[in-house]
Amino acid sequence: MTSSLGVDLDASRYVLRLADDALILGQRLSEWAVSSPALEEDVALLNIALDLLGQARHLLTHASELEGRGRDEDSLAFLRDEPEFSCALLVQVDNGDFGKTIARQLLVSAFHVHLWRALARSTDEVLAAIAAKAVKESDYHLDHARHWTLRLGDGTNESHARIQSGLDAVWPYVHELFERDDLVERLLERGIAADPEALLPLWRQTVTEVLSEATLDVPDVSWRPTGGRSGQHLTGFGYLLAEMQHLHRSHPGATW
Amino acid sequence: MSAQFPLWEVFVRSKRGLAHNHVGSLRAPDAELALRNARDVYTRRQEGVSIWVVPAASIVASSPDEKDSFFDPAGDKPYRHPTFYDVPEGLTHI
Repeated sequence: MTSSLGVDLDASRYVLRLADDALILGQRLSEWAVSSPALEEDVALLNIALDLLGQARHLLTHASELEGRGRDEDSLAFLRDEPEFSCALLVQVDNGDFGKTIARQLLVSAFHVHLWRALARSTDEVLAAIAAKAVKESDYHLDHARHWTLRLGDGTNESHARIQSGLDAVWPYVHELFERDDLVERLLERGIAADPEALLPLWRQTVTEVLSEATLDVPDVSWRPTGGRSGQHLTGFGYLLAEMQHLHRSHPGATW
Repeated sequence: MSAQFPLWEVFVRSKRGLAHNHVGSLRAPDAELALRNARDVYTRRQEGVSIWVVPAASIVASSPDEKDSFFDPAGDKPYRHPTFYDVPEGLTHI
């Protein structure tokens, strides 16, 4: 049992990974503001981005408590530099066209729905509560991505080609989500983390069912880029951080 | 892209409401996405617990040109309002 007041650096690092995934994906998605294919889709994507930001805030606050160094959610989000972020590469991949964004949303959301369901049983009660709330949101994110995947995949030749190419581009980054490093091993023993190896078959089933209904091919690639968890990020990540952190760094403590 | 999508009218029933009320319209390629778009556009502040979407093209509307013949004749027939009856004492739920 983890007390919300006790310092626990392992748990803090793990929760920070989850927070960074949500925060950075939300930031990426918000780049669609006023430029998605339709006004209605703008609202849909930004709603999802806001859900992710909300999850990130809870997780950052929890990671901060577990860390016990007095870095609050804003400090963690806006004052860490690139190598200190531990988000997976998949969530920072550039948006590309709408097809690529939807492909990335499908893969991440399918991961999140199973991850949050598993973490809702975590022995870390705060994490379990955050996960239980996030499940409903991620269910909707998956539903959104699924419906668009079906329409693009089983739509016109152009839409099929675009989402297939988006899927091929983001697919290699998926493997990192299921890595089981020393940190995860230690937290699994304590019942805090979710077991990536147990999530993989669930994820695969969810995704392949959608892809098959959408007449899309499961990409066949052996390339498995990794490094996000240890702070080695994609080239575009620095630009994303610059945009996200600039206001807070230029005007420390700025509020609405 | 949105110009090619058909128009849908959105009706939302609030938590305490009995009827679905018209809240606006949106564009979507099909009914399922229209429903999801309506969820995102019109219920993101907990406005409702149930949504209907209806193809705008399926709605038959009265014409503004017919306004006089449609609605004016009712104007001088106040006896159609139930205000000329005395309600018996003790009668509730009316």
